[in-house]
Amino acid sequence: MILPALAFYLFATITVACGVMVIASRNPVHSVLFLILAFFNSAGLFVLLGAEFLAMILVIVYVGAVAVLFMFVVMMLDINFVELRQGFLQYLPIGLLVSFILLVEILMVVGAWVIAPETAAVAAAPTPDPALRSNVAALGDLVYTRYVYLFQAAGMILLVAMIGAIVLTLRSRPGVRRQRIADQVSRTRDSSVEIKKVQPGQGV
Amino acid sequence: MHDFAIALPEIFLAVAAMAMLMIGVFQKPGSDMGLVSWLGILSLAVALVLVVTGEGDNVSFAGLFVDDPFARFAKVLILIGSAAAIILSQGFVRREGMNRFEYPVLIMIATLGMLMMVSANDLISLYMGIELQSLPLYVLAAFKRDSTRTTEAGLKYFVLGALSSGMLLYGCSMIYGFTGSTTFGDIANVMQGQEKAGLGLVIGIVFLSAGLAFKVSAVPFHMWTPDVYEGAPSPVTAFFATAPKVAALAMFLRAMLEPFGGMEADWRQIIWLISVLSMLLGAFAAIGQHNIKRLMAYSSIGHVGYALVGLTAATSEGVRGVLVYLTIYLVMNVGTFACILAMRRGDRMVESIDDLRGLGKTHKGMAMALAIFMFSLAGVPPLAGFFGKFYVFMAAINAGLYYLAVIGVLASVVGAFYYLRIIKIMYFDEPTEPLSKPIGMELGVLMAVTAFLTAAFFVVPGVLVNGAAVAAGSLFP
Repeated sequence: MILPALAFYLFATITVACGVMVIASRNPVHSVLFLILAFFNSAGLFVLLGAEFLAMILVIVYVGAVAVLFMFVVMMLDINFVELRQGFLQYLPIGLLVSFILLVEILMVVGAWVIAPETAAVAAAPTPDPALRSNVAALGDLVYTRYVYLFQAAGMILLVAMIGAIVLTLRSRPGVRRQRIADQVSRTRDSSVEIKKVQPGQGV
Repeated sequence: MHDFAIALPEIFLAVAAMAMLMIGVFQKPGSDMGLVSWLGILSLAVALVLVVTGEGDNVSFAGLFVDDPFARFAKVLILIGSAAAIILSQGFVRREGMNRFEYPVLIMIATLGMLMMVSANDLISLYMGIELQSLPLYVLAAFKRDSTRTTEAGLKYFVLGALSSGMLLYGCSMIYGFTGSTTFGDIANVMQGQEKAGLGLVIGIVFLSAGLAFKVSAVPFHMWTPDVYEGAPSPVTAFFATAPKVAALAMFLRAMLEPFGGMEADWRQIIWLISVLSMLLGAFAAIGQHNIKRLMAYSSIGHVGYALVGLTAATSEGVRGVLVYLTIYLVMNVGTFACILAMRRGDRMVESIDDLRGLGKTHKGMAMALAIFMFSLAGVPPLAGFFGKFYVFMAAINAGLYYLAVIGVLASVVGAFYYLRIIKIMYFDEPTEPLSKPIGMELGVLMAVTAFLTAAFFVVPGVLVNGAAVAAGSLFP
C-alpha cells in the first residue's frame, strides 16, 4: 500500500518542480530538458492510474516528437530571451493581481465543491473497469466511436492549420533551380547530346 | 435516421471543400480563383438545399450534434452570408493581389465550422466548431500577407481569439466539473433538481459567456473588433461582419438557453450588462470615426447589443426577435459592404467617410442603396432595420425588462446620428474627387437585391417572422 503512495508523491513532486524550472531557468534549452523530465514523470503518474497506453503515448509523442521539435525550434531561432523578459518586472504587479483574483476564485470554487452522487451517474464517459476492458480498447471506444464526430472535426482543424501555414508563408521564388526527376528521366539522347564537327585549327 | 444522414450538409460541405482544394492545387500555378469560387458557391447552394430538406428535431453522434428548426434557420442565414461574401470578394481579390484559390476554400471551411457551431449540442462540439470557424478567419484576416496592416490585424485577431478560447474552455471545464457532463441535455437535467446553481457552476457560466461574448464582439470584450475590421482586407471584413456574427450569436443563444434555461436568474444580469454596454458603446464610439470600416465595426458592436436584448428576455419571443434581427442585419450588412467595396478611385480602394462626398450626384443608384441601408441600420420605419429592433424590444418589454428596452431605444437614437451623417455627406456635400464609375456587376446586383429586400420587408414580414417563431420554438420544448 505504501509503495504506490510513495511513487505518487515522488512523481508528483518532480513534475511540479520541473514545471517551475521550465519557466524559471534562464537557458531555453534547459527549459525544454526540464519539460521532457516533466513529461516522463507525468507518464509515471499515468502508469499509477492504470492507464499504461496513455503513459506510453505520452513518452512517444510528447517526448519523442513534440519536445524534440521544441528543441529544434529553440536552437534554430535566434531569439534573445533576455530581451523578451525585459517587460517582466514592469508587468509583474498587475500579473500578480490577476493571478491573485483567479486564485481566490478557484479557492471559493473548491470550497463550494460537493461531489454529488447524481453527478457521477450522468458522467459523459464513465471509466470502464480496467479488468474487463483493456486500455487501448476503452480509448478506441471513445475516440473512434463515441466521439468520432469530434475526431473528424479535429482532422478538419489540422487541415486548416496546414492550409493556413502554406497560404501565409509559401512564396514561389523565380530563378530557383530545382531537381525535376520527370524532366531528367524523360531526357533523350537527341535533346541532350549534340555532335559538332570541329574543323582542325578552328576551335568550337 | 442514421447519424450521418442528420449531419449530411456538414459532411457534404467538408468533402466539397477538400475537393475544391484538390482542384485548386491541380490547376496551373497562378491561375485565377474564379473556377474554385463559383464551385464553392455552388456547393454552398447544395448544402443550403440539404439543410432546408432536413426535418424534425434529431440528435446524432451520441448527443454531440443536433439538427432542429433553430439550427436550420441559422444555417440558412450562414450559407447565404458566406456565398454573398465569396461573390463580394471577386473584384477585390483580383485587383489587390489576393487572387489565390485558397481564399474561397478557407471561407467554405469557416462556413463548415459555423454550421457545426449552431448544431452543437455539447460543450466539446461547440468548442470544436468555434475553432474550425476561427482558424480560417485568422488566416483570411492576414491573407494579404505583404501588407503590414493586414498581418497585424491577423495576428491581433489570432492572439485575442486564442485568449478568448482559453476563457471559454476554463468555463467549460468548470461546468463539466460541477455537472459531470458536457452534453447540453444532461447539464439541464442535472440542474433541474437544484433550485439554485452552485458557485462553481456560476463561475463556469461567467467564463463561458465571457468567451462567447468575445466571439460575438460584445462589450467589454470588443477591443479587437475595430482594429481587425479596419486592418483586414475589405471583403474579409464584409465576411467577418455577416456570417460569423450570425453563427456566434445563434450559438450563444443555444449555449445559454438549452443547458442553463432553467436558471436564467443566474445569468440574466450578465447578459443584461453586456447588452447595455454594447448598445451604448456602439452608439457613442462610432460618432468620432472617419474610416467607414471602423465605423461599421462599432456599428456591429451596437447591433450585437440589440440582438442580445432578445437573449436577455430568455423567452421564445426573445429568440424569435434575435433571429429576425440577425436575418435583417445580415441583409443590411451585405448591402453596406457591397457599397464599401465599390468605393475606389482607379485601382485604389478608399475607406474614408469623406470620400463619399457628393455620391448622390455622381453615383445615383449606389447612393440610393447606401441611403436605404443607413436609414435601415439607424432603425427608421418602414425599413427592415426598424422591425428587427421592434421585435427584440417588444420581447424585452413582455419579459418585464423595461429599463433595457428604454436604454436600447435611447442608444438607437444616438446611433442614428452617425448613420444619418453619412447620408448628409452623400447628398448635401460638394463632391471633391468622384469615385470610379463602373462598380462591377456582382456588387451592383448584390446592392440592388439587398436594398430591395431591406425596403420591401414591411410588405410581407410574416414569412420571416413565422419562420423565426418556429425556429425559436425548438429551443423551448
